[in-house]
Amino acid sequence: MAEKVLIKGNEALAEAALRAGARFYSGYPITPQTEILEYLAWRMPEVGGFFVQAESELCGINMVMGAAATGARAFTTSSGPGYSLKQEGISYLCANDLPAVIIDVMRIGSGLGDIFMGQGDYWQITRGGGHGDYHTIVLAPNSVQENVDMAVLAFDLAEKYCHPVIIASDAGIGQMMEPAELPDFVEHDINKFEWAVRGTKDGEMVRYCQNVYYNMWNDAYAEKFYGGCTDYPTYLTNKYNAMTEDEQRWESYQTEDAEVVLVAYGSSSRIAKETVDIARAEGFKLGLIRPITLWPFPKKAFDEAKAAKAFATVEVNILGQMQDDVKLAIDNRAKVGFVGDFFKVPDPEVIIEYAKGLLK
Amino acid sequence: MPDVRLPKKLLGPSGWCQGCGHGVVVRLIAEVLDELGIEQNTVAVTDVACCSNAMAFGAGMGIDSVMAAHGRDIAVANGVKGARPDSIVYCYFGDGAAYSIGSAELVHAALRGDNITVVILNNTVYGMTGGQMAPTSLPGEKTSSSPYGKDGDKYGVLNLVDLIGNLNATYIARGEIYDVATTAKAKSYIKKAFQNQIDGKGFSIVEVLAPCPTNLHMTPLQCKKFMHEEATKYFPTGEFVDK
Repeated sequence: MAEKVLIKGNEALAEAALRAGARFYSGYPITPQTEILEYLAWRMPEVGGFFVQAESELCGINMVMGAAATGARAFTTSSGPGYSLKQEGISYLCANDLPAVIIDVMRIGSGLGDIFMGQGDYWQITRGGGHGDYHTIVLAPNSVQENVDMAVLAFDLAEKYCHPVIIASDAGIGQMMEPAELPDFVEHDINKFEWAVRGTKDGEMVRYCQNVYYNMWNDAYAEKFYGGCTDYPTYLTNKYNAMTEDEQRWESYQTEDAEVVLVAYGSSSRIAKETVDIARAEGFKLGLIRPITLWPFPKKAFDEAKAAKAFATVEVNILGQMQDDVKLAIDNRAKVGFVGDFFKVPDPEVIIEYAKGLLK
Repeated sequence: MPDVRLPKKLLGPSGWCQGCGHGVVVRLIAEVLDELGIEQNTVAVTDVACCSNAMAFGAGMGIDSVMAAHGRDIAVANGVKGARPDSIVYCYFGDGAAYSIGSAELVHAALRGDNITVVILNNTVYGMTGGQMAPTSLPGEKTSSSPYGKDGDKYGVLNLVDLIGNLNATYIARGEIYDVATTAKAKSYIKKAFQNQIDGKGFSIVEVLAPCPTNLHMTPLQCKKFMHEEATKYFPTGEFVDK
């Protein structure tokens, strides 16, 4: 039954994934996502699913790949340093056309960085990050309720495209408690996909889960699973184009007449939204674009903010990783800057001062 | 007339080099699947290396298969088994994948006693990449990355039984495919490793010593002899754990 609860962000992700029908999880401890692992350690057996604490993130993501190949709704979770290790498996999931959900509760910094709230993984989650040509859909929740909603959406999108989907949460959202409405449980039919491995009954076509590219060498296979396409570059290009066209999600706030538009997601978007209100009370026309999908980046949102003379990303990292995407989205028609902090979202006054500076 | 029928799920002649052991071992697996009546309910996981030729349309094993990233085979197999506990799941891969890059996955699967079957082909080299030194290369063995012979003091030789013998594996055996008798023995090990999974007994692993004449720069017969006479000094055959 749908119910309203007061719940921690990380636990909300875990519970919502179960309610979306996920019955396979393999994870590894790393702060600030460990509550997901701990929650599922007792909750997964309760709902009759498979839980395993893997020996590494590498093993964790590869177990997920095996589960995904069977048609199960499978997921794993990590944070920055651990997410880096998962890149190998994410590249394989993409190459093999497998749906899976990977949750990155982001922290700060490269290398060890630190465990505090941060948005340090933007580049690696939006650029692919592993080897080869791929992107993954990246959803960026900014509340506990959105953690819930996006956990469900992530599985739906993963299956729609047969492709991994990343949820880019952060330590701020993960560690806070908020009220959230949990959805009803849905049953997932593990046999609903013909491509899912299960054992080849006599007379059936063999299912090979490997690079789609190899499977396309076989005409019958290509006919059955790839709409007859035997040209891998075309297939792949079409797939990513479809995602880019159809899956851009964002929230625009007071952008129509804004002189400066802030661009922020996740935890920093909450402060940025407040900043817009504060600035407008003072007579300074700020606006906010909140990308909800970090990939595909919501270019369409920027078409609606034509009055803006400048854009400023508000991020919790050092180099302002999202600036490049904003520049591409607006085709350099306005100034783009970045206001950020290493350990926390900058205060509204700091953001406002920076935004005003962009107009000088 | 000898019975030359192919096992039900073996699609046809293999694509491996002449004298390679893979074709023999894959056939043994296929025969075992038939004999146990699990050929329609089994999922294979293979590595990206030579063993992946078992996933070739019309030429390899005609059963649902997943190709894992190099060395992650056991992790992937665990994923398959965890999501479909009623399926029979086996991993088939080489010594480089199993004992080097995938050693963590191997150790922890044995520690957990995961209920899967693992068959490892040990030919003492990395085959797919052209015969480089492996953890299983013998001291003094010349390979493309040990041109002066493997420095045994520096690299050592990794033995499966030393690695996981005291963990929670249910079954550990090593066979060879030197002649009819040893091949039949190897098959019996493989069969037991599958039967254990059917019975829910836990982690069962069989290593098979097999020739790689291409990369050892020998004739097939020389290479078989090398595996039988030299490799067995470091890798004795038999059943080492049988719970």
